[in-house]
Amino acid sequence: MNEARDEILARTRAAIREGTPPDPLARAYRTTGVVDDPGRVALLGERLLDYRARVEHTTATALRDLLDEIARGDRIGVPRGLPETWRPANSVEDDGLSTHELDALDGVITGCTVAIAETGTLVLAGGEMEGRRALTLVPDVHICVVRTDQIVETVPEAFAALLGREHRPLTFVSGPSATSDIELERVEGVHGPRTLIVVIVKEAS
Amino acid sequence: MTSFPEAARIALGDSQLRHNLRNATTTIRDKRARVVAEVPDWDELREAGRAIKADVMRRLDEYLLQFEESVQAAGGQVHWARDGAEANAIVLDVARAHDVTEVVKVKSLTTDEIGLNEALAAGGVHAIETDFAELILQLDGDWPSHILVPAIHRNRSEIRDLFMRTIADGRELSDDPRELADTARLYLREKFLDAKVGVSGANFGIAETGTLVVVESEGNGRMCTTLPPVLVTVLGIEKLLPTFADLEVFLQLLPRSSTGERMNPYTSLWTGVTIGDGPQEFHVVLLDNGRTRVLSDQVGRQALHCIRCSACLNVCPVYRRTGGHAYGSVYPGPIGAILTPQLRGVANAKSLPYASSLCGACYEVCPVKIDIPSVLLHLRAQTEKDVAERIAMRSLARIFGNVRLYEWAQRLARAGEGPARRVPGPLASWTQTRDLKPFAKETFREWWSRERGA
Amino acid sequence: MRIGLFVTCLGDTLFPEAPKATVTVLERLGHDVVFPRDQTCCGQLHQNSGYLDEARALARRFTAIFGDFDAVVSPSSSCVGAVRELSPEIAPRVFELSEFLVGQLGVEDVGAYFPHRVTYHPTCHSLRVVRVGAAPRRLLLAVRGLELVELPEADECCGFGGTFAVKNPDTSTAMLADKCRSVLATGAEVVTAVDGSCLMQIGGGLSRQRTGVGTMHLAEILAS
Ligand code: SF4
Repeated sequence: MNEARDEILARTRAAIREGTPPDPLARAYRTTGVVDDPGRVALLGERLLDYRARVEHTTATALRDLLDEIARGDRIGVPRGLPETWRPANSVEDDGLSTHELDALDGVITGCTVAIAETGTLVLAGGEMEGRRALTLVPDVHICVVRTDQIVETVPEAFAALLGREHRPLTFVSGPSATSDIELERVEGVHGPRTLIVVIVKEAS
Repeated sequence: MTSFPEAARIALGDSQLRHNLRNATTTIRDKRARVVAEVPDWDELREAGRAIKADVMRRLDEYLLQFEESVQAAGGQVHWARDGAEANAIVLDVARAHDVTEVVKVKSLTTDEIGLNEALAAGGVHAIETDFAELILQLDGDWPSHILVPAIHRNRSEIRDLFMRTIADGRELSDDPRELADTARLYLREKFLDAKVGVSGANFGIAETGTLVVVESEGNGRMCTTLPPVLVTVLGIEKLLPTFADLEVFLQLLPRSSTGERMNPYTSLWTGVTIGDGPQEFHVVLLDNGRTRVLSDQVGRQALHCIRCSACLNVCPVYRRTGGHAYGSVYPGPIGAILTPQLRGVANAKSLPYASSLCGACYEVCPVKIDIPSVLLHLRAQTEKDVAERIAMRSLARIFGNVRLYEWAQRLARAGEGPARRVPGPLASWTQTRDLKPFAKETFREWWSRERGA
Repeated sequence: MRIGLFVTCLGDTLFPEAPKATVTVLERLGHDVVFPRDQTCCGQLHQNSGYLDEARALARRFTAIFGDFDAVVSPSSSCVGAVRELSPEIAPRVFELSEFLVGQLGVEDVGAYFPHRVTYHPTCHSLRVVRVGAAPRRLLLAVRGLELVELPEADECCGFGGTFAVKNPDTSTAMLADKCRSVLATGAEVVTAVDGSCLMQIGGGLSRQRTGVGTMHLAEILAS
């Protein structure tokens, strides 16, 4: 195998030996947003609705009731670090459930690390409140709780927020799973969760 | 391979195909235009994307080594493959080491390019395609015709009939897309839950961190890269990006250009192995297969910048009429016309550089500003010409090079022109479907002399 | 200002009406136009067909012939695009007619009268290589009597593409058929453009179908 490695590297070096030095890299694109806090929250909600996600707005105190109402007593998986107040009555903690056990759950509740308003994106970074990737993939309903202070406007701001978490498994979620392979008609839900419910919690401050 | 004009003639005769293609490409094209228009810094993003890719090519050796080191540091294994056969053998070895006869696979042009599925099958391993469209094609023994919507040439009733013949377990199906999607979900779910080995391509590999990135919609990419305990990813060496932060550019450019969405439903990033989360054994295969050859051409090299968004296909007036199969490669459309001849050698795909009217629509939409028309001209110059054409073009150059000869030829051409409106020779094909305007009675220069003297 | 007229090999030999009309329009606006007799082809034909050495030699010849003019004007965006690429030394001084009139001379009304229903096909090279923008449209809108009707799917290629039409006749014909359909849908009497080659393609298709719709170069309408 080392032979292949050496040869590819040698071919690469031979191929780039001649020629002009790389052009200076201009990063003239936007790296910060311009919308105010309420605007950012509204934009995220709007963009998620475009993807046909369900969006709920609530406050920290009303959160528990809302989650109970959404869960309706179903078997809902939760990551280990999810706070007690976010766990509905019939929740099941993920202590290494098998794929078939995950498949038997009705849904899952997690937090997220950062949300991007402009693109309607939630970023899961494998943290205590987000769990491992399979947990938010196999169950058919994903309920994701977003605090308003986690919402940024642009994609570069989200990458800035992810600094230090580059090596973690990351999942960018923008709406429920979808396919447009049949005559380009969008159908929600092929393999990932068919329902995405985003609960936006207004910071108490 | 069949030449493009011949293959195109057959495709052009298929009116269902042309209808499906036209509708589909028009829809995506309009969606793309809408979401691109709302980005105020689109040009700046494109320029950054172009510059990052140009830098990757110029320092590819350094980035490859850095990537290798990062992946290894994160617990992954790195393999190098000079060509498709070597890459296929590596993947097959991994499957065999785990004693499996089935692997789940997420759509990847790179693995299509090297014929991985066929190679695995020959080794006794069945690769289950898990993309909705790829599943359709695999079940039907067909092959993709579009980078992004591989079954763009199939309509819903064709898909229903196919599913009833194959995976519906005897159930009656309607042609409602939702019901068809549910059928695929049901069929593949068991496969995902029990899979031991997953196989994928990747959209990007990050040199700085060793991170791999898969951009997708359906969730099958997440399934394949998360659930099986073992994962093998085949990555073309040109897919590297220098830093993690570079993704902030490409994750804006790619979804808007490809599906016309602000962001695709799922993007997965993983780095080596993470204890307790996802595959605990990870292999990445770095594939050359002609890429270093492309790299050595300073003009043609930009074809390696391609992020496979397929925007150029959807706006291409040629692709929109012929479809993808006419290009005789997994890379169809304008990008295929410049990439395939370079990967295989121009002599092996010599009609492709001419499969374009040079209208420039591809260059205009390309998110990384690949100047496809210029590369086409560059490649045309490298194609071998037939003798008669070469002689004709050389004499023409001589005539254009000397104004006396030129004026003489003008008189001769007019004298030789009869009343016929269809002409023989190289222009015959053109005049089969069009009338050639009769030559003017007087050339411009004759008029000028008569009117202005000298 | 010394204006050199580049008529193009096709314009000189096959369609002299367009360069003649170019002379008429520029002179009507009070400019002197010079026709350098040594000119032939800019090299595009060879470049397009993959004969780069021949193309470069012709481009050098072109540069020598037109090097001394303050401006070189041509009624073909496709040739202007090729000159800008092949002859970079004089590129900044070479203009397609409509961009010269609107962009350089600042003129939109050239005093033309053309009482007909007209549709405008923006050719690929005028749109994406030379980038003439709205210039042709502004000139047409200022023509007295002219009714300008929108062409559906206007920015679709007509299928000419030089070598392309010869090497890929079936695809080229399919593209042309769609373009002709769009033209007919407008109910226009005349379709116009800034490239003689594309007009030859579109006109060839319209004539074969006996549609009765004519083609005219933009310069001809402006000279009316
Ligand atoms: S060449 Fe450009 S437009 Fe075409 S698929 Fe590649 S990145 Fe997209």
